[in-house]
Amino acid sequence: MKGAGVRAEQSVDLVVLGAGPAGVGAATAASSAGARVVVVDENAQAGGQVYRAPPGTYGIDAPDTPEAREGARQRAALGESGVTHAAGHRAWSISRDLAVDAIGPHGLVRWTPRTLIVAAGTTERVIPFPGWTLPGVIGLAAATVLLKSQGVLPGRSTVVAGCGPLLAAVAVGILKAGGRVEAVVDLAGARDWLAGVPDMLSRPDLLRQGAGWLAALAKARVPLYRRHAVVAARSHGEGLAIAIRPVDAAGAPLPSGAERIVSADCLAIGHGLVPSTEVTRLLGARHGYLPERGGWIAETDGDFRTSVPGLFVAGDAAGISGAVPALHKGRIAGFAAAHDLGLIDGARFDALAAADRRALARAERFGRAAARLMSPRPALAATMTPDTVVCRCEDVTRAEIDAAMADGADSLNQLKAWTRCGMGPCQGRTCGEAAAMLLAAHVGGRDRARFWTGRAPLRPVPLADIVGDFDYDDIPIPKAAPL
Amino acid sequence: MKRSSEQPQVADLRVRRGFVRGAHVTFIVDGAEMEAPEGESLAVALFVNGRRTLRRSPRDANPRGMFCLMGSCQECVVTVDGRRVPSCMEPVRAGMVVVTGDPG
Repeated sequence: MKGAGVRAEQSVDLVVLGAGPAGVGAATAASSAGARVVVVDENAQAGGQVYRAPPGTYGIDAPDTPEAREGARQRAALGESGVTHAAGHRAWSISRDLAVDAIGPHGLVRWTPRTLIVAAGTTERVIPFPGWTLPGVIGLAAATVLLKSQGVLPGRSTVVAGCGPLLAAVAVGILKAGGRVEAVVDLAGARDWLAGVPDMLSRPDLLRQGAGWLAALAKARVPLYRRHAVVAARSHGEGLAIAIRPVDAAGAPLPSGAERIVSADCLAIGHGLVPSTEVTRLLGARHGYLPERGGWIAETDGDFRTSVPGLFVAGDAAGISGAVPALHKGRIAGFAAAHDLGLIDGARFDALAAADRRALARAERFGRAAARLMSPRPALAATMTPDTVVCRCEDVTRAEIDAAMADGADSLNQLKAWTRCGMGPCQGRTCGEAAAMLLAAHVGGRDRARFWTGRAPLRPVPLADIVGDFDYDDIPIPKAAPL
Repeated sequence: MKRSSEQPQVADLRVRRGFVRGAHVTFIVDGAEMEAPEGESLAVALFVNGRRTLRRSPRDANPRGMFCLMGSCQECVVTVDGRRVPSCMEPVRAGMVVVTGDPG
């Protein structure tokens, strides 16, 4: 039989989903404590998004940033550990017994670990506005991928918009790469940034980096619009005409504020990062809404155990605080997993985790301050006009969502069933936050709106890859039953 | 067969400093030849070659292109050698045959 067949890998204690800093931290920590570990990631190389490596076919002049060096260090640490790195593997299903099904370069694989650590990181929140579906409008995080990993400018000219530290990072990245930034449009005002400074003083190096970014933007005379939002984008010749307006502290466009149009090839926009909860929702872990940590997240104890036995969530997937805290969260989760697997006793676990707990406490002060700048601004919902497409996969507009809510849809699952919002190939990863924001305003809070039930496949998978190749003769035909 | 030079070109957006790319390889996009460095993300290669629209939306037939660049949003899905894949997660290989949802 030529059927695809599933390669079963039984002898595994722990599967870690995601090879970013949290996943590398978790995997190497658990492995050092004696666990047999597999880390599964769909990318070709470890590093996640922050430490994302250029394509393996590329050479690099010299790793000239602290980030590039840290990424290289983590890839080396993973390579030297006893961890099996299943790169290029897309996990598409996970059962309640924690069996992980993935598709890799050599077909289907299944691991059946006793413990699973989700280190899936984040997705980007982009709150819709008319024109956000136009080619040329990309996520802020997407712009970082272009600049850091691909070495490509997002356009000949770019408007950088949204909120959080990525704004300055992307704008300065474009300038350094020789590109043009037409404007930086920041939802936050100077006061919002200053409010974070006391906590950010815990990392003077990063604070200096941020100040350096602002100085670079000022030197290049990039217009900086504070407390402004993008309210629309339209096609304009080969590029985009981007409408911006002043907003209040909650993100609502000021009725009295004048609209201004900025032209550019590309609009890179992001309204913060959202913990990736596909797997924890799929496995039925208890979740709650913590806006200052990114929104809807799985509840965990101090060692990152969820409410589901054997299931941990670490890194930004457990609450946004950045790449450095993610590494420590991952390591604590990894040691805790080793403890729960019976490989180390409580005293040994405490001793191993102590340094990471101290480092995490320090690093989180900065990370949480940065995360607060990226926390959801529900009043931004005003940028979604009735004809704005909210669900990109299914072309569902705000008017259709409003109509469903008026008809009585009072949970996200019901909204999905009635409108197809969130039912397309992205499984609601792109529209979920916006739909939840609209519903929360209608039903009185995100905790009441809840979130989509997680469903497999976690990512679209070609059926042919699962079924494989077989002939008619391969189909087993049972003997006819005796009459 | 059309040459890629007949397609609308954006100015070269590839950054030189800090990146040492391998040799350019040739592959086929909607029946025309295109060139890009081996290993570059297919979504990026299409974008740099002026192909910003990769498909049409299902109901309103609106243009769509790359958006998240990390395999999450599925907006950049194209067909490569007969398989539907997010082009942002697909490295460019010599001879690959790409069919977009917007042949232009």
